[in-house]
Amino acid sequence: MNRTRSASIVAMAGLMASLAAPAMAGDTITVASWGGTYQEAQTKAFFKPTADALGITIKEDTTNGLDDVRLQVTGNAVKWDITELGADECARGSKEGLFEKLDYGIIDKSGINPKLVHDDWVGISYTSVVLIYRTDVFGDKGPKTWADFWNVEKFPGRRALSGSQATETLSVAALAEGIPIDKVYPVDIDGALKSVDKIRGHIDAWWTSGAQAMQLVKDGEVDMASIWNGRAGTLKKEGAPVSFSFDQGVLTADCMVIPKGAKNKEAAMKALAMFVSPQLQANLPLYVDNGPVNEKAFETGKIPQDRLKDINSAPENVKKQVLQDAEFWRDNLVEATEKFNNLIQQ
Amino acid sequence: MSAQTALMQQKAGRPGPDLNTQALHMDARRESLRLLALLSPSLLLVFAIIIVPIGWLFWLSLFDEAGALSAANYARFFEQASYIKTFITTFKVAFIVTGACVLLGYPLAYMLSQLPRRAASICLIFVILPFWTSVLVRTYAWLVILQRKGLINSWLIDLGVISQPLSLANNFSGVVIGMTHILLPFLVLPLYASMKTIDTDCLRAGMNLGAGPAATFRQIFFPLSLPGLASGVVIVFVLCLGFFVTPALMGGGKVIMWAMRMEQTTSLYSNWGAGAALGVVLLVVTLALLGLFQWLLGARATGVWSSR
Repeated sequence: MNRTRSASIVAMAGLMASLAAPAMAGDTITVASWGGTYQEAQTKAFFKPTADALGITIKEDTTNGLDDVRLQVTGNAVKWDITELGADECARGSKEGLFEKLDYGIIDKSGINPKLVHDDWVGISYTSVVLIYRTDVFGDKGPKTWADFWNVEKFPGRRALSGSQATETLSVAALAEGIPIDKVYPVDIDGALKSVDKIRGHIDAWWTSGAQAMQLVKDGEVDMASIWNGRAGTLKKEGAPVSFSFDQGVLTADCMVIPKGAKNKEAAMKALAMFVSPQLQANLPLYVDNGPVNEKAFETGKIPQDRLKDINSAPENVKKQVLQDAEFWRDNLVEATEKFNNLIQQ
Repeated sequence: MSAQTALMQQKAGRPGPDLNTQALHMDARRESLRLLALLSPSLLLVFAIIIVPIGWLFWLSLFDEAGALSAANYARFFEQASYIKTFITTFKVAFIVTGACVLLGYPLAYMLSQLPRRAASICLIFVILPFWTSVLVRTYAWLVILQRKGLINSWLIDLGVISQPLSLANNFSGVVIGMTHILLPFLVLPLYASMKTIDTDCLRAGMNLGAGPAATFRQIFFPLSLPGLASGVVIVFVLCLGFFVTPALMGGGKVIMWAMRMEQTTSLYSNWGAGAALGVVLLVVTLALLGLFQWLLGARATGVWSSR
């Protein structure tokens, strides 16, 4: 009996070894992103084609941002091989030394804005902060610029701005003062705060999540708001009476990193190279309104012409917007956010 | 015990009060040691999962971004006006919500305790059912009811009571309404339990001695229900202090409570100490308030006990 048992253990071990072998050759990596429809789109656009092409398995997880990465890296419990973050989070995490260096021999950076190509992080997609208004209140004569949004006499109505993303609200506040889009950065923080001070008495809600911004506009709780273009596009598709454009939008990039101590660094590097390649980047706008970070995606011919006007990073739309400067916020975020909180909570 | 001491007396050869006391003393000590040994696994567990992390939290709060010992995390509360504002808001909400829960919950618990058992259990289901529903779902439901184009405003406008919608959501009143609804069962349940244990003979005796219904209630029932009320109040108040979901969704970003601030601070600063300091402050202030409660209400509660 003892012999049969030890024989079965050997057989089991052999079986497990044979199962483990292809996984070791084929690699499994874990990629974390924001979840929801955005990540579903990424799965179709990036993850699945990459897994098929490289013969690896890509597991998915969701992240809450830089805190999660910091917790994993400082606690020596890194479970992700690649994770998505906001660009200012990437810049901050880089300063803290939380990420692995990227190998631009493997990752082709051509076509990506140099501001989003760094030693240890690279851009992946764009979100825009746009001005949305309800057409059942204003018709098509609603506020078009942030100066209009700030003009409470010409455009009476209820308003919402982001209370959680001080960087975005300060950027639009600078635009409201009439600063041209190419002069917004570096932001004059005190000037922008003064601008916020002018409007804060007329703000009916300071939203803290994309879903909340959407709900406020959808239910008519506010008549105009700052909102992320993906959310605005969804509202429009759902048939809500709203209008928005990319004029004076604030382009914010998302980025991807390999957390320091990731178990499958090499496979992750190859996968990341695929994610930012023009071919896969061109897939993204087929599923969501978040634009590709690689300009060459627009040369692949994959993106239909009539879709271009809705994509925030299409060359025509980029011209109308401010690109949020991640490195500026890396150095100024804490101070600016505390001052912003003091102001809006007065 | 007596057999043991008798045995010891025999061994010693002579009976004596000294020896007896000593033996009893030893016995008592052995017994308490045995109890301690029995308790030690749970004490260790409490120490490992509560005391150690809290100590660690406190420790972390003493370091700045560079890892050097500093009071920067605490100094921030005074340098940035918004922290004190948040702190005041948190306690304001907690006091108002607790007050609203007492005003609504006491009559409800009283009614439940007076109903026949069957009717009371049916009514209790109405208290408990929402209690089992997710806080997030209930908060969104309140948003649907209270917002500008929500149920209440559209009904009132249709009925011609008001012409402009009332601001019920996305402000302070929205937070108070939502939190009161969610926390009400935490007051009603302990209060109901304690009211059920009040001896009705005491009330009858009071009536017998000539007290009217109002006097009976005021002089007998109410004091006897105080311990239950006190525990309900404490539970509601403490839960209020750490509330997150409802103020985040119903406050429209204008009512920032301490827990929301913790989340914000933890992600804004790259050292855990910044958030840890917020936790330490809340813990210390809450414990101090609980001590005060104990001192105020505990004394009254024991007063009730001794008079009984």
